[in-house]
Amino acid sequence: MDTVIHNSIHVLLAFGLAPLLLGITNKTKAAFGGRVGPPVLQLYYDLAKLFRKGSVFSTTTTWMFCAGPVVGLVTSAICVLLLPLAGGSVPISFLGDPIMLVYLLGLGRFFTASAALDTGSPFEGMGAAREVTFACLAEPPFVLGLLVLARLSNSFQLSTMLGTSPAPYWSSAGASPALVLVSWSIILLTENCRIPFDDPNTHLELTMIHEVMVLDHSGPALGMILYGAALKLFIFGALIVRLVFPPTSSGLLDWPLLAVGMLGVAIGLGIVESTMARLRLTQIPLFLVAACLLSGFGVILLLR
Amino acid sequence: MTERLLLCAIALAAVSGMPGVALGRKSMAGQWIAAVLAIVGSGLGLAGLVFFWMFDDSQPVVIPWHLPGAEFNVAIDGLSAVFLVPIFVVTMMGQVYGLAYWKQTDYPQNGRKLRFFYGLMTAGMALLVVARNGILFLFGWEMMAISAFFLVATEDEKPDVREAGWIYLVATHTATLGLIALFGLLHAASGSYTLAPLAEGSISPAMATSLFALALFGFGLKAGLMPLHVWLPGAHSNAPSHVSATMSGVIIKMGIYGLFRTLSLLPTPPIEWGVVIMTLGAISGVLGMAFALGQHDLKRLLAYCSIENIGIILLGLGLAVIGRSQGRADLVVLGVSGSLLHVWNHAFFKSLLFLSAGSVIHATHTREIDSMGGLAKAMPWTALAFVVGSVAICGLPPLNGFVSELMIYLGMVDLLQGSSAAFGGGALAAAALALIGTLAVACFVKAYGAVFLGVARSQSARQAHESGLPMLLALGVLSACCFAIALGPLALAPIFDRAVAVWAPDLPEAAPRLVTLAPLNWVTLMGGVLIAALIAGRLLLGALLRHNGSTRSVTWGCGYSAATPRVQYTSSSFAQMLVALFSWALRPQVERPKNLPLFPRAARFHSEVGDVVLDEAVLPSFSFAGWLFSRFRVFQQGNIQTYLLYIFIALIALLLWR
Repeated sequence: MDTVIHNSIHVLLAFGLAPLLLGITNKTKAAFGGRVGPPVLQLYYDLAKLFRKGSVFSTTTTWMFCAGPVVGLVTSAICVLLLPLAGGSVPISFLGDPIMLVYLLGLGRFFTASAALDTGSPFEGMGAAREVTFACLAEPPFVLGLLVLARLSNSFQLSTMLGTSPAPYWSSAGASPALVLVSWSIILLTENCRIPFDDPNTHLELTMIHEVMVLDHSGPALGMILYGAALKLFIFGALIVRLVFPPTSSGLLDWPLLAVGMLGVAIGLGIVESTMARLRLTQIPLFLVAACLLSGFGVILLLR
Repeated sequence: MTERLLLCAIALAAVSGMPGVALGRKSMAGQWIAAVLAIVGSGLGLAGLVFFWMFDDSQPVVIPWHLPGAEFNVAIDGLSAVFLVPIFVVTMMGQVYGLAYWKQTDYPQNGRKLRFFYGLMTAGMALLVVARNGILFLFGWEMMAISAFFLVATEDEKPDVREAGWIYLVATHTATLGLIALFGLLHAASGSYTLAPLAEGSISPAMATSLFALALFGFGLKAGLMPLHVWLPGAHSNAPSHVSATMSGVIIKMGIYGLFRTLSLLPTPPIEWGVVIMTLGAISGVLGMAFALGQHDLKRLLAYCSIENIGIILLGLGLAVIGRSQGRADLVVLGVSGSLLHVWNHAFFKSLLFLSAGSVIHATHTREIDSMGGLAKAMPWTALAFVVGSVAICGLPPLNGFVSELMIYLGMVDLLQGSSAAFGGGALAAAALALIGTLAVACFVKAYGAVFLGVARSQSARQAHESGLPMLLALGVLSACCFAIALGPLALAPIFDRAVAVWAPDLPEAAPRLVTLAPLNWVTLMGGVLIAALIAGRLLLGALLRHNGSTRSVTWGCGYSAATPRVQYTSSSFAQMLVALFSWALRPQVERPKNLPLFPRAARFHSEVGDVVLDEAVLPSFSFAGWLFSRFRVFQQGNIQTYLLYIFIALIALLLWR
């Protein structure tokens, strides 16, 4: 019965509230800019509108163009089900599920980038090239971070690594998880195409990364992409929140903690976006290599 | 029973191309005979394997042979059986594919030669895998290697092909040289050429290390291990595509088989061997993929990916060696199973990719990726097969590459709980594997995007057409193999457990099984869930699109609507950032216009990633050796009297010396 309750909350919270994160971030940015900003629920309105709209397809495109949004959304959705959001209860959990998480995101990337190339547009080609290039640099630190947690928790299953882990990470080996936290925060910004890596609000196609890949998508397909992106932000946010907040003794108390944490991530994102300038494109790889090194130091600190 | 069926299969494969030689140059009869014989032969062989797995039936066939030390000794075991599967499946599909791809009527001048040697090569591979005698092994090995040379040089009227064939021949002979030394030394150590495990402590550590080093050199050269890969890209790209598929899918795996077999014969290895193998594997994996990213030639790109996959296989093998040296059964089981399953997986998805690349080349008459584009419309089935192969080679779920990579990851994670050194090494190796995976995604998005998506970049790509039924059939069967492995790995677990038992006979009886170490049931379940969710998502999107309506228009070009195919992002621009990141290893040759005037005229840009090891190490050292040996030419007088004088002097010198 407990599992049923936990799993229902898991599904409702993740799938229902993921779009809210971006609304909060945008509100924060607006507050910093002295504007009123769009309503917190703006993404819900956008999604509702997009799912009712018709679409325009380029004559160049093939089935891959529609496969991109579908695969992107489905892989993110399954990843959400792999996350330990509260304690050790996870809808889907098995040995090696961190690898499943990483590779599902890879599958989404493969099809999103291919769908971009399907249009034959030079801008979308550019976006796809940047996306896969930065992913090559963002994935190793992510995996290294997972390995640090695997070593600390003596297990390779997310429900233990980030859920019920018996090892109190922060007291026993505080530096390593702290480095992983910084590294993962950088990865959150890259993977979700936020400032300083990519500006979701930029108006110039030449400088975009993620936005330019989906230039040609419209209607329900674009809605799927936006929702998939919201889920992806939720995934990385939740990983960070779970790393910071150890599980409480009563499982149900973890849910409000998670909500507070996610609120913090969304506001933090807004603060970062408001106070930082965008990096030059050529500097992004250096920054990601730094993330890799941080995770690497996290590994080294555990060598003793 | 199994051995007899296998010998029948080997004989059928060997003779499959021979009737065609006697038949006319313009007749398809010989080709059909070859295909039927290959199918029957492979069918018999696979039946034999099933028989072996079900009833554990093995009756070695031993026939005396006149050669000193040699013996016709053929037997099957769990390890051989694993390597026989790709040999039979891939060569069978290669022959079927060839029916439409390399029709005798289209290639009257070399079709018969091709099939003659294709059959011999198949037979040679199958023979070496079941051989239990060093000489017989070398016999099969050379049969495979020499036939492969003639296959690479099928179109020997082209200079590029001759050069690739030449480099291959030099490389394969160098490898054989190492193997002759290996078996000679093995004979010196054990007193016989029979391939039986050496007793613990029967040879000195120095001898064991020499044997290992020779095996790593000889078999590594054949497997295309970096930096011994120099022959591989040229040979794979210049051979006809079904030959490339066989070379990449199966022949290079014979090097892996050799390594597995040699390690199974040697006593418990020291941990350093495992570290060496894993390091070489990580280097081959990452750099192989980086080189692949820089290629413009579709088949060269795939060839470099073979090096990358050999790297992944070696990562698994290295884990197993470490496990054996430390007495860790879990590492042995996960390492050997992951590695061997990746041998299967790579055989299937790489031959699938090479064959679909062959279809593309058949349709467009070019190997240049940047002359293709938009082929998914003209060749939808080939495009689908290429997507299946690409997703599989990137190790992504729900396809087979994921299963073997997951096993190898789990092995590395098992290392994490050990000592500091084990943790550091395991973490590094896992990060390397993750990097390999993302580089593969970049590489195959580039390949699929530039070849199949967008708009055709050349006239020949515009006139492309879907390929014939036999070609599509081969693609379909190989795709089905990829899906089958991905969705039913549980059924394969006993096969790999058996191979583990052969490879590490010192493993305790109660050692954990693969099923308990890897979540194979979850792989199946998640694969099923993923596929079902994808279908559901696509149906949902389709319903929404139908309900809301959709229109067709041109691609958004920021307001510019007269775009030509030339504005598309090319494959080299796609890979440019990554190639720049790896430029320390790839050393790309870039030729760009300099000092452009204010109003530039037509300019030229050219970029190319050659093979660093071949161009900067092997070729210079060979030409130096050539120069050195040319100094000896003064002795080459050309008249027989002088040579007799040399012999006379040499004899006198020997007599004096003794």
